[in-house]
Amino acid sequence: MRPFDYRTPANAVTAVQAVTEHPAAAFLGGGTNLLDHLKLGITHPDLLVDVTSVTADTIEDFQGGLLIGAAARNSDIAADYRVRTRYPALAEALLSGASGQLRNMATAAGNPLQRTRCPYFQDPTTPCNKRRPGSGCAAIGGFTRGHAILGASTHCVATHPSDMAVALTALDATVHVLSAQGERTIPFAELHRLPGADPTRDTVLDHGDLITLIELPYSPIARQSRYYKVRDRASFAFALVSVAAALTVTDGVISDARLAFGGIAHKPWRANRAEQILIGEPATDATYRLAAEHELADARTLDGLDGGNAFKVPLLIRTVVSVLRRLAEEPR
Amino acid sequence: MSAIGQDIPRRDGYAKVTGTATYAYEADVDNAAYCVLLQASIARGQVSEIDITEALALPGVLTILTPGQVEKIHQVDDTELYVLQDGEVDYRGQIIGAVVADTPEIAHHAASLVHFSYHVDEHDSTFSPDRHDLYKPDRLGTGEPTDTKTGDIDAAMRKAPHTITQTYTTATNHNNPMEPHATTALWQDDALILWDSTQGVHAVRTTIAQVFGLDTDQVRVICPYVGGGFGAKGEPHPHIVVATLAARALPGRPIRLALTRAQMFALVGYRPPTVQHTRLAADEHGTLTGIALAAVNQTARITEFTENAGSPTRTMYAAPNRATSHRLVVLDVAVPTWMRAPGECPGMFGPEVAIDELAEALGVDPIDLRVRNEPEVDPDSGKPFSSRNLVACLREGADRFGWADRAPRRDGDWLVGTGVAASVFPAFTMQATAAIRYDQGRYIVEIGAADLGTGAWTVLPQIAADALEVPLEQIDIGIGDTTYPRASVAGGSTGTATWGSAILTAAEAFRDKFGDDPDDGDEMEGSISKPPFHEDYATYAFGAQFAEVRVHADTAEIRVPRLLGVFAAGRIVNPRTARSQFTGGMTMGLSMALHESSSLDPRFGHVINHDLAEYHIATCADATNVEAHWIDEHDPHVNALGVKGIGEIGIVGTAAAIVNAAHHATGVRVRDLPLTLDKLLPGLP
Ligand SMILES: Cc1cc2nc3c(=O)[nH]c(=O)nc-3n(C[C@H](O)[C@H](O)[C@H](O)COP(=O)(O)OP(=O)(O)OC[C@H]3O[C@@H](n4cnc5c(N)ncnc54)[C@H](O)[C@@H]3O)c2cc1C
Ligand code: SF4
Repeated sequence: MRPFDYRTPANAVTAVQAVTEHPAAAFLGGGTNLLDHLKLGITHPDLLVDVTSVTADTIEDFQGGLLIGAAARNSDIAADYRVRTRYPALAEALLSGASGQLRNMATAAGNPLQRTRCPYFQDPTTPCNKRRPGSGCAAIGGFTRGHAILGASTHCVATHPSDMAVALTALDATVHVLSAQGERTIPFAELHRLPGADPTRDTVLDHGDLITLIELPYSPIARQSRYYKVRDRASFAFALVSVAAALTVTDGVISDARLAFGGIAHKPWRANRAEQILIGEPATDATYRLAAEHELADARTLDGLDGGNAFKVPLLIRTVVSVLRRLAEEPR
Repeated sequence: MSAIGQDIPRRDGYAKVTGTATYAYEADVDNAAYCVLLQASIARGQVSEIDITEALALPGVLTILTPGQVEKIHQVDDTELYVLQDGEVDYRGQIIGAVVADTPEIAHHAASLVHFSYHVDEHDSTFSPDRHDLYKPDRLGTGEPTDTKTGDIDAAMRKAPHTITQTYTTATNHNNPMEPHATTALWQDDALILWDSTQGVHAVRTTIAQVFGLDTDQVRVICPYVGGGFGAKGEPHPHIVVATLAARALPGRPIRLALTRAQMFALVGYRPPTVQHTRLAADEHGTLTGIALAAVNQTARITEFTENAGSPTRTMYAAPNRATSHRLVVLDVAVPTWMRAPGECPGMFGPEVAIDELAEALGVDPIDLRVRNEPEVDPDSGKPFSSRNLVACLREGADRFGWADRAPRRDGDWLVGTGVAASVFPAFTMQATAAIRYDQGRYIVEIGAADLGTGAWTVLPQIAADALEVPLEQIDIGIGDTTYPRASVAGGSTGTATWGSAILTAAEAFRDKFGDDPDDGDEMEGSISKPPFHEDYATYAFGAQFAEVRVHADTAEIRVPRLLGVFAAGRIVNPRTARSQFTGGMTMGLSMALHESSSLDPRFGHVINHDLAEYHIATCADATNVEAHWIDEHDPHVNALGVKGIGEIGIVGTAAAIVNAAHHATGVRVRDLPLTLDKLLPGLP
């Protein structure tokens, strides 16, 4: 670990300025991911700009939806009555992540920006294109149980670890970003990117882009949403696969659907294809299975020292069926 | 009223929960310096160049220890302790240097500025039982023979109407005590003080004195509290030598050194993976005619370690034809060591699943099958058992658990099944001396023992009170310091039996000499120095473990809503601390069954999931209902106290019970640990 400066800027604009002007600066949220990376030697910022007091930590009603401040703590969001009733999948996703202590620290902006848990990424003594461009990808041919089955490249097969981000993807959220150029919004589903030839970049954000708010739109279907996470132990484990889903069933027929997957790609995976198949079809296991199979038609699985990740394909299909069946049978 | 058997709260409990108990890293010293270890990033070769210029220039850096540039030390049996004497690298993660600085931050920063170059040799870190270079170790760590053979197992397999031939595997597991290994070292006035997190202060003193060519009198080791060890703190590891090297390089300056969690995956041992080729032969009634286990485990090039996984097969069940063997694969990997119930814990996985498979094949109840094969004497030694109450444990467990109506069932989305397995652990004693002194109405008992969270602080006074026939409140106890008489390491579940026996002897001698009305300053010592294993009896604790397992019909997620164990482990000195040992062992067994697996990447030679986010240990949510009971066992032979060890037996058999229950729930038989959902998924409808 190397020494660094720590700054608490006066407001969001000076925060953005401080980071923009300083190539090796980073925003600091709850620090539950970034500080680990400093200690592990994954990243070496020499300036940390604490943004927990320059962005909102509140949750406000907004046009029938909600505006979540970037500094709102994960546990506060999960406990908010409006979130729990209007966007239950988001509350469930947050509560399925990490531990109580971590959720008390972790922020709304920091959570979706956490980096992959690929063990090779986290071990600076091994090659990793995401950490050291051009060094190679140690995961390929290594332990791949946690790695991607969709959208990976030969440069990187990592998965995005956030649960919250999967729910936000399904629920059509938007992020508000402040940069030196001014404010802009990005649909949440377009925030994260696939690795392609440049796995160093997890998102489309540029250096100095500050997330200020996460917007949840008015959404009746979101009330009928659920997040289900399949993992290797009952608590405190990242997803093997996860499903955020919302379903509206009218007279046994699916009239609307939202579906996103976690644990299987470099980004939270919005299952557009599956949604198309679901809508207008009878709410049956066969439909759910067909939709999931379609979404996974391009899945590419990896061999691995641990037996690889091929099991994620049937696991995800079965999980989708299970979650959608429950949503249809027990409307909230 | 006898103090033994009372439910006495822990003497050290208040200090621990209020955070006032001082651990090794927190030793009360002034002006400490901080030591950070540097580790090899290759698996085999030599350090060719070291650049410390940048690091040394950092203000606050006191010294940097590098290979060949430190004081010469002596080689001892444990070759791994010969650290920093040359630039050889024998495994990835090995210590190749250390930085000492005024603050931990400076030390860590400087550590990142030391640059090593290597001459890299080809390494081999691939474990497989099919390799051609397996070899037979001379003997097991327990002193037992490597292989045993009675009758003709091959013929028995050929003749038997029912046989099981299967290979079972257990994963690499790391001990991962909560408190990392830590040492504070001070060299002053020709004497060394080590505050060290250890299972045995005297063992550390003896070894470190040898390594540095000191008289044992020059070395004092202090360790009142240990945040767990599970065997990983049973013997001194190289970091203690490094802390001492640093202390001797900076006389008068206390050196604090704590391993990071990641370093604990390389430097302080682990349970090696085992492959257990298991064979059972039985007649049509289920009476075993043959039982055999051939075990293979990995070991490290620099130090040999054999996981005696074949040991329990030698004593568990009667059968005329028997064979066990152990083979090793030498790899360029970190050095394995004891982990809670070495040998028995992995070694009761294969056989206890095999018994379940045989019961299924025969269509008999797995409890009945075990009862049918109870031996009259120890099949291995021919000695009678000092006491053997496995059957009583199975029966009482069956009653308490509700074994009788065990048909697999479905509850909503969950497939529900139950399973059973037996537990065993040898009861033996080591050597120890205790001293008892009388002072102003109080008896002060001193012994260089250790409490790893096991309860020694609490149960030893109970034993002393009864032996002296005085109220418990009159006993003071001192442990965890080499100024107290020499006592064995807390290991092999021998602590209470050994140290208690020493206290008993000391108390008898004290009362013989001073009667019941001693004067201030009256003092007496007593020792136990018998051979570890009983001459006339086979001495073992036994147990039976029951598990309920639920498997999600869609996702194959696995839950263990209920674990119940019944143990026959001699006299229970304190039900409160005993229960915590049993349920702690069972929880760790659940963790082994479902979660724990160190991912050793042979391309690099080290474990890559080296933190507690990626190396899974059962959480509270996984172990929701773990119950332990024991039967009232009076063993007149095992030792004068009638106690057997209880620290390890709780982990033995748990994994088999869980795997058997998962099979009962799903029909899928998993033979390699951990049992993860991907192994069940293909078998679900
Ligand atoms: C042991 C463990 C287990 C975990 N398990 C889970 C789990 O199961 N599921 C899960 O989803 N997560 C899990 N987590 C991760 C946890 O959720 C994240 O660490 C946390 O959400 C990150 O939030 P933070 O505020 O602490 O981010 P920080 O660590 O402060 O920052 C993370 C990143 O976001 C950037 N950043 C922070 N705020 C802003 C902003 N306003 N604008 C732009 N950039 C910003 C930082 O520069 C940094 O790059 C786990 C973490 C640990 C340590
Ligand atoms: S998968 Fe990506 S993060 Fe992991 S080692 Fe490969 S490049 Fe690095």
